[in-house]
Amino acid sequence: MNWLLILLLVPAIGAVVVALLPKNSPELAKQVALGFSIATLVLVIAMALQFDAQSTEPFQFVTSTPWIESFGISFALGVDGIALVLVAMAAILVPVVILAGWNEADHSDAPTKGYFALMLALEVCMIGVFSAIDVFLFYVFFEAMLIPVYFLIGRYGGARRSYAAVKFLIVSLFGGLFMLASLIGLYVVSQREFGAGTFDFGALTQLGMDSTTQRMLFLGFFFAFAVKAPLWPVHTWLPDAATEAQPGSAVLLVGVLDKVGTFGMLRYCLQIFPEASQFYTPLIIVMSLIGIIYGALLAIGQTDIKRLIAYTSISHFGFITLGIFVLTSQGQSGSTLYMVNHGFSTAALFLVAGFLMSRRGSKLVDDYGGVHKVAPLLAGFFLIAGLSSLALPGMSSFVSEFLVLVGTYVRYPLVAVIATTGIILASLYILWLYQRTMTGPLKPGCEDIKDLTGREVVAVAPLVALIIGLGVFPAPALDVINPAVDQTLAVVGVGDPPVGVTADCDFADGCREEGEGQ
Amino acid sequence: MNGVLESFASPEIRYALVAPLLIVLGGGVLSVLVEAFVPRESRRTVQLFLVTAVLLASFIWVVRLAGTNELAAEGTIAIDGPGLFMQGSILLVAMVSALLIAERHVDPAGDAFASQASALPGSVDEKAFTQQGWLQTEVWPLFLFCVGGMMLFTTANDLLTMFVALEVMSLPLYLMSGMARRRRLLSQEAAMKYFLLGAYSSGFFVFGAAMLYGFSGTISFPGIVEAMAADPGNNGLLIAAIGLLFVGLLFKIGAVPFHQWTPDVYQGAPTPATAFMAAGVKIAAFGGLLRLTYVALGGLRWDWRPLMWGVAIATMLTGAIVALTQNDIKRMLAYSAIANTGFMLIGVLSTNPSGLSSTMFYLLVYGFTTIGAFAIVSLVRDPTGEATKLSQWAGLGKTSPLIAGAFTILLLAFAGIPLTSGFTSKFAVFSAGIEGGATPVVIVGVFASAIAAFFYVRVIVLMFFTERAEDAPAVVVPSSLTAVAIGVTVAVTVILGVLPQSVLDLADKASTFIR
Repeated sequence: MNWLLILLLVPAIGAVVVALLPKNSPELAKQVALGFSIATLVLVIAMALQFDAQSTEPFQFVTSTPWIESFGISFALGVDGIALVLVAMAAILVPVVILAGWNEADHSDAPTKGYFALMLALEVCMIGVFSAIDVFLFYVFFEAMLIPVYFLIGRYGGARRSYAAVKFLIVSLFGGLFMLASLIGLYVVSQREFGAGTFDFGALTQLGMDSTTQRMLFLGFFFAFAVKAPLWPVHTWLPDAATEAQPGSAVLLVGVLDKVGTFGMLRYCLQIFPEASQFYTPLIIVMSLIGIIYGALLAIGQTDIKRLIAYTSISHFGFITLGIFVLTSQGQSGSTLYMVNHGFSTAALFLVAGFLMSRRGSKLVDDYGGVHKVAPLLAGFFLIAGLSSLALPGMSSFVSEFLVLVGTYVRYPLVAVIATTGIILASLYILWLYQRTMTGPLKPGCEDIKDLTGREVVAVAPLVALIIGLGVFPAPALDVINPAVDQTLAVVGVGDPPVGVTADCDFADGCREEGEGQ
Repeated sequence: MNGVLESFASPEIRYALVAPLLIVLGGGVLSVLVEAFVPRESRRTVQLFLVTAVLLASFIWVVRLAGTNELAAEGTIAIDGPGLFMQGSILLVAMVSALLIAERHVDPAGDAFASQASALPGSVDEKAFTQQGWLQTEVWPLFLFCVGGMMLFTTANDLLTMFVALEVMSLPLYLMSGMARRRRLLSQEAAMKYFLLGAYSSGFFVFGAAMLYGFSGTISFPGIVEAMAADPGNNGLLIAAIGLLFVGLLFKIGAVPFHQWTPDVYQGAPTPATAFMAAGVKIAAFGGLLRLTYVALGGLRWDWRPLMWGVAIATMLTGAIVALTQNDIKRMLAYSAIANTGFMLIGVLSTNPSGLSSTMFYLLVYGFTTIGAFAIVSLVRDPTGEATKLSQWAGLGKTSPLIAGAFTILLLAFAGIPLTSGFTSKFAVFSAGIEGGATPVVIVGVFASAIAAFFYVRVIVLMFFTERAEDAPAVVVPSSLTAVAIGVTVAVTVILGVLPQSVLDLADKASTFIR
């Protein structure tokens, strides 16, 4: 049986099993959910070990079953390096989040087991959305994801949860409809070109659309992804959703779900609409730059810790989109790595902040001060997570942010210079947050804050290990990502500018020839 | 004397081919007799038994005939793939509608139909009948005749048979529209409007048929095709004939600009009748339209296609845009039906086999979805009857999550969201339209579905995310009849969204008209 199918089945079975457990044994539900998520993680690791980074095949572990033959839809799964690292990230984050959010659902009106069943259901959708290689199947997972997230926020969230959940759902649905329209358009074009319509991703990249069609269809996809990512100016749902969600769901929302947007840009926008992508590049770069700086500035001004973290993410998503659309191999490798790193560092930030907030019962920055005196471990983890978020050298984010900026600089020096201010602002919002909450005299009300428990340390420690590990030695991830990025650029038909690193020259030349050939 | 007898050959009916039709119409006659001779207290039981038996027997016979491609009754009836597919569809939606018509637990006063349709609204008679708790079963013969007319309409192979079928189908519907137990004036107004406009449109149809006869000297579709081939130049009479015939048929399917009756009739008619009408008439009238356009007028498609383009575009946009402004759930569903008619017209105007098969598929799944939607409408009630004001549906998801959930699935299907049958069918007609060279219409179609999605989502938001209204209605717990109807329609909507291949294949196989 195919690896990816098993990967979808295990959490799916887990979700059903957890949902069927008796209501009055919440601990059992948590343990079973954790078991299933760890089993999924083990499977992902086993699969990743068999992944051949040097393979010339576009996708590995491919399985394909006809689904609706009349419309050329098949249930096709497969991963390239980019999808693999994202699947791995999702699989790592789910057990971490379950462990860290052990008590998150205890005080909710809704049954505790539901929270964990939804998390596993969300894991199914996340693995599915990254590993679908049929565009229609991708769309189905893309939309299906909304349902568990809606309930995670709407049933288990904070005071304004229903407002935030509805806003999230409506905005996402709205974006999805545009994508659906483009999807139908794409099918029609393929029907005209190949005789029979298809949704097969590989076939769709071979389409020779005229530029008007490409530009129209591109917009439908891009809009849906920009909403999901979220990119300025369609980001407004994220701060609400992330603030109202429990820290655990916020991690999955910001850390994984939003990556679907940037992943979609990289996979679908660029490769199916190469000409249109280049046409819109200036616009998207400007949007990304605004996002980087606007997100950072707003993060500085926030008084609510979770809201602050949400705005830092908007800034980071600006970097990711920038790296994707500068169309250089460093930029895209950086962006892909950034997606993973951002997932881990935001997870660490949200979770540690969540531990902090659950102890004091307040979300406001002003209510905290001098916490490191009473909870040194918590403060230490918070600092590491923060430093990773501001991309300190030695942390994994540094590698990716650096790659994105280098990749930008070789093509658009000025853009790179402007984007760099985002780094400076990042140190401002993180260090100032740390200073206000953790250092200084102990604020009244903070005396009773207890340090992290063993469970919490176990939950966050793997993230910190990954953050530092990938910061010092990013090669394993980059080795998997790079061939996929090269392939993406080859499909787009763009090579790196000639000033690139010598080692890349061969590829760049080969690539340019291919680009000219088209 | 002998000579006369020899020259008179008795018509060859071929009873085996028209048996499904005869079963239903014969059942209608029996049903009238039941009304006349069976004592009141046991009428309902006998009628229900009769209707069930008739529909089942007819459906089984249709299935047995599958694959037949022959003419019956001297060439006036064509038993071919599309005809049988649509007869089967009509019987299926009739079975589900029958469950709604038979329901007697939803309205505290009995069923959805007037105690005595002839009593004046508000009169002493009416009060007396209602107080005595009279319940009628006279809807059943009407129902059976109507089903028979619909089945004949999809298989009629000449103009006169088609006209007769049109009337057999329509007359019972006019009556059924006026039989609502509640809001009787509205119901009678609906019946009157439907009858008058329907009569006019039948008039147009007959004029068109006469002109076409004047041109070709025959009323049979194959004969018309031959006449056209023999005389390709003489077009004036023909174009006028086509225009008039289209007026008659476009009225029945509810296409713009002949759609005005739809919201009034859908709103006024008793909801089970609305459900039956919305699903059944759509299938039958499209069946007739498809046969007329593909068989008789296929050779002239370059003349009528531009007209059809305009009608399809106007229908989709009008339906979608006007639906946005509705505040009554039945009227909203009526405009949604108009928009969907526009989408189905794309299948008609693509004039290719996939256009035919996709329209047939659309009709079948739309029939189920729409019956389910009206079934749910009939359950949401306040003390005066059905609560059809949209504002009254606010917060329904909190009190009756199951019903609101089912309605959500049906609305998502209307909106054409993937994994529902609505997506599959819309996708099928759109791709057939492109294949048939109607790309601009399809682009408008995608645009219109995007607009339409808004008002469906608006209702979902209203049900789940809005606070409960002051005059919030209650959801009545129905008997198993309505429950089964809702269950079946929702199941079909989901199953044909997730795994539609087998039914698509069936429609594909059935997509050749006998010529």
